Amino acid sequence: MSQTPTTVRADAPTAAPTAAEPRPARTGRPRARAGRAPWEEPPTLIGQGAKGVTLAGVIAAVAVPLWIIALTSISTPGAVNRAGGLVIWPDGITFDAYRQMLGDGTVRTALMVSFAITVVGTLVSMIVSVMAAYGLSRSESFAHRPILTLLIVTMFVSGGLIPTFLVVTGLGGYDQWWSLILPSAVSVFNILVLRSFYSTTSADLIDAARLDGAGDWRILWSVVLPTSRAVTAVIALFYAVGYWNSFFNVMLYMPTSAEKWPLQYVLLTYVNRGNGLPGSVNSGFGAANAQTAPLTLQMAVVVLTLVPLLMVYPFMQKHFRTGVLTGAIKG
Amino acid sequence: MSTARSERGTPDTAGGAAGRKGRTGKNGAVRLNWRVRLRRDRTLLLMTVPAVVLLLIFNYAPLFGLVTAFQYYDPLVGVRDSEWAGLAQFQQLFHDPLFWGALKNTLWLSLVQLVLFFPVPIALALLLNTVLSERLRNFIQSVVYLPHFFSWVLAITIFQQMLGGAGILNHFLRQNDIAPWDITTNPHTFALLVTSQAIWKEAGWGIIVFLAALAAINTDLYEAAAVDGAGRWRRMWHITLPGLRGVIVLMLVLRLGNALTVGFEQFLIQREAVGHESADVLDTFSFYYGIATGNYSFGAAAGLFKSVISLLLIWGANKLAHAFGEDGLYRK
Repeated sequence: MSQTPTTVRADAPTAAPTAAEPRPARTGRPRARAGRAPWEEPPTLIGQGAKGVTLAGVIAAVAVPLWIIALTSISTPGAVNRAGGLVIWPDGITFDAYRQMLGDGTVRTALMVSFAITVVGTLVSMIVSVMAAYGLSRSESFAHRPILTLLIVTMFVSGGLIPTFLVVTGLGGYDQWWSLILPSAVSVFNILVLRSFYSTTSADLIDAARLDGAGDWRILWSVVLPTSRAVTAVIALFYAVGYWNSFFNVMLYMPTSAEKWPLQYVLLTYVNRGNGLPGSVNSGFGAANAQTAPLTLQMAVVVLTLVPLLMVYPFMQKHFRTGVLTGAIKG
Repeated sequence: MSTARSERGTPDTAGGAAGRKGRTGKNGAVRLNWRVRLRRDRTLLLMTVPAVVLLLIFNYAPLFGLVTAFQYYDPLVGVRDSEWAGLAQFQQLFHDPLFWGALKNTLWLSLVQLVLFFPVPIALALLLNTVLSERLRNFIQSVVYLPHFFSWVLAITIFQQMLGGAGILNHFLRQNDIAPWDITTNPHTFALLVTSQAIWKEAGWGIIVFLAALAAINTDLYEAAAVDGAGRWRRMWHITLPGLRGVIVLMLVLRLGNALTVGFEQFLIQREAVGHESADVLDTFSFYYGIATGNYSFGAAAGLFKSVISLLLIWGANKLAHAFGEDGLYRK
């Protein structure tokens, strides 16, 4: 998942030809337009201005809140008092909130729980999905149609919240780590995306590998995966974000074990609802136990949930289209 | 393992029995006997086993668990020995004003989102498509995709900090001696609040599909239209929008099919602050009156009601798409 920029960039050319199917919308990035076509009329000043203002507004809507939150989390108590709450302009910087939080306590545990769930969950999901996608990707293979139907049906009909809850708790999933991972480990949508990429891997390449004595495991590992590295990485990111962001499974299956809560759930109880965390006497929030934590600490929690995402994001961003479109259009 | 074995191609078995030695397939090629194919593809089958097993346990088993909706389910005795209720749970459901309130909220929120949310990604994609500089366009795209990856907890926290009672907006209002305006706890404007949250979080992500459709439109058409004297807006009306039609209809179908799923986590998180009268939707209803109170059968009945209506909606929306001459979700 943590790809270096060079590996990702090296994939781009290989990914594009594999995606070349009848549907033109699917190939790669938006067509580059070198300037204006000769027949196109130049934009009016007003039009240009309106466009600029709108787009700047769109960017500001995302960037300004993040700026304010990040800045508040590193402000000194004095700066927060002077601003009367959230800080908009830098005025006295300190990293105390982070030092206090990462020193010990509930937030640090939650951070580690979140990382563990994300890493283990993504691994499980990817192993299961990649295997299933490859297993179903060879067009003449035995029984792949009925299995595919079995998978797709789950996209349209589901037992719903309560029967799922009863099955998981019936299997003893209450307060167990696996109940945060296994019930949502398989995304049929993601399998379909992977499958449609794997099935475009050149048949000649696979035949050649087979002649060289490679079995299906070997072909998957040494031929199919390397030629579709970009899409595999995007799907891994989708899974990872899903696990990193999940809080509802915790609410269902682990509502009372505060020491097992991931970061999102701490964010919900602590920042969003302003509750004190139970059993956090020793924590970074210990001083303000059972009251609303200081704003800088709250905002530091927000930033912590964001940082891992922002670290991977730039490397993945350009590949989103492929993953999203392949899946979205197949439905 | 055993599951994959039992799955092994019921349709193929018949074909295999008919012609032991192999038969002629669709495209004239000789198809192998099913035993040979099973032997040949056993590794591929083995690879699908984990996914199939997980889906059988966590997606198919709950389908059978839906019988609890017709029972007085008691967790102590289990599904098998619980007393049968017939349609009593549904009767109780349909006599519950809270349920009708939740249904009304769901439909209302869905409608508001359809009207206010749906056009935004299209407009944004059209706007972005006119940006000539590729670097600028890429930058804007990476910024607007970003909130899609935030959790609902995070997105709502951000809204609270910006627009809530103690947020930036109200701080500014108080400083300028204007009456504070708490948006995040007001039940009357809740529909607008959740729609703007949805727009903030998902509209940017939604443009991907439309941008791809825009990129697929043949540029010669624009040139021809321009030569014929069509201005910027006429070209948009006669070329761009027809070019987007298929995708728009597909997205509309998906949206209509999901009309009863308006965003479970989003409402769950804000339910306390806004009050259940305006924040309860079918999903949260099923959760609160099913799991939180331990009345599982009642919640399952509400969930089943929702699933059935949703399936009908998907089917109906698809019919509608076909009537428009588009593919919709599936062809026919």
